[in-house]
Amino acid sequence: MTTLAPGTARDRVRFPQAARMEWIKLRSLRSTWWVLALTVAGAVGIAVAVGVNTEDAAADLTNNALAGISLGLLLVGVLGVLAMTGEYSSGMIRATLAAVPNRPLVLAAKAGVFGAIALAAGEAAAFVAFFAGGAALPAAVPAPTLGQPGVLRAVVLGGAGYCLIGLLGVGLGAVIRHTPAAIAVLVGGVYVLAQLLAGFATWAMAYLPIAIVANSLSVVEPVGDGQVRFLSPWAGLGMLCLYAAATLGAGAFLLARRDA
Amino acid sequence: MIEARGLSKRYGSAVAVDTLTFDVRSSMVTGFLGPNGSGKSTTMRLMLGLDTPDAGQVRIGGRRYRDLRWPLREVGALLEARAFHPGRSARAHLRALAASNAIPRSRVEEVLGLVGLAGAAGRRAGTFSLGMAQRLGIAAALLGDPPVLLLDEPVNGLDPEGIRWVRSLLRSLADEGRTVFVSSHLIGELARTADRVVVIGRGRLLADTSVAELAARSASLEDSFFELTSGATDHRGTPDAKAKTS
Repeated sequence: MTTLAPGTARDRVRFPQAARMEWIKLRSLRSTWWVLALTVAGAVGIAVAVGVNTEDAAADLTNNALAGISLGLLLVGVLGVLAMTGEYSSGMIRATLAAVPNRPLVLAAKAGVFGAIALAAGEAAAFVAFFAGGAALPAAVPAPTLGQPGVLRAVVLGGAGYCLIGLLGVGLGAVIRHTPAAIAVLVGGVYVLAQLLAGFATWAMAYLPIAIVANSLSVVEPVGDGQVRFLSPWAGLGMLCLYAAATLGAGAFLLARRDA
Repeated sequence: MIEARGLSKRYGSAVAVDTLTFDVRSSMVTGFLGPNGSGKSTTMRLMLGLDTPDAGQVRIGGRRYRDLRWPLREVGALLEARAFHPGRSARAHLRALAASNAIPRSRVEEVLGLVGLAGAAGRRAGTFSLGMAQRLGIAAALLGDPPVLLLDEPVNGLDPEGIRWVRSLLRSLADEGRTVFVSSHLIGELARTADRVVVIGRGRLLADTSVAELAARSASLEDSFFELTSGATDHRGTPDAKAKTS
């Protein structure tokens, strides 16, 4: 009987091995690259469209250039959901958990790898959109630069918004397990809830993920339109981190307790 | 060596496995027999820690599955066909699993060759026939070169040539000293491969014996099996379909 050489440096399955597995899984699905490419392209396309049609030089041109993020969030969020629910719909989850029986470790590795990729794609989308949107502005409107106060922060946090919504998706996927239901909750929580609350609980608007990304993270100066006081950029970032951490925590708890 | 002790599992009000106790020895093929719905797959899932038993436990080489340091190098499992993502290639699927247990990449190519999938390794696994999917599952089970193998219905979907191949594979794995536990609802198939059999019905142990001993209980192994399971099956057709309708 031949036996493989015993473990390399470490003596058991730990985060690096689990993360390597998740990285190979994520990169070997074509849909991953399609969705990320579409996300970047969408953000840039909208930035250019908004830039070309800008007339008011006094507007938050950085926020305008980052307008496409709000739409692209859905794509990254759905990709995050699928990273988890795809395991259940295909039956892969059993192979995954047989290979790495420590379930919170599986989710941590998946979230870590997915978060890193979503962050890279998100920052790429935000920066390219920022420069493309600036370049598309009419000659009479000067483009914003990264050196101006708050601009670099808005672009960087705007890109981070993709990552956090993506992680929210991973967490929801782990909690709900079924693709259509998890996507429905994601879309409902991120988009539809905003429409509902606008009617009667406008103060709560400031805490919605979509509003945080659009009005707290990706703005140079947080806006208050009289009715809603939006969170400051860093408070918004903290709030989104909290949402992602809460769903991932719930996901890890349920993953460890439920039968696979 | 696998030890199952007092395993019980219910799903809602349905009892799937009921105080099941048995051993699976090394250096032989142990067949796991029972009618459809008798709890074979549930037992396999409990062995791998995928489902948590309500009572009892399984130890593999003295340890619970979740305490194994490199699970894939200690236990290889084929749970069901298509425990993989349809959009991923066979090679990527195996590489991901290999990475999780620090198994060298070269081993992926080795098992792909071993199961006859080398030529299809780059294809999306979703395009595989049932037989090819089954071969990919067997490749995954063999990936870590484990001393213990748990195979749930491995010949499912295989053509006669494939069935013959699995039969000789199981034999050689056992001859190398490994513990081989194979479930099937095809008594005839197991009669040709297994040394011992564990028979269950409605989640309860009906027999834990050698194939020869079970065969000697009645006119044939098949007859012994049906006598054993006659009281423990939920779905049995009448011999003559007309008898019911006319």
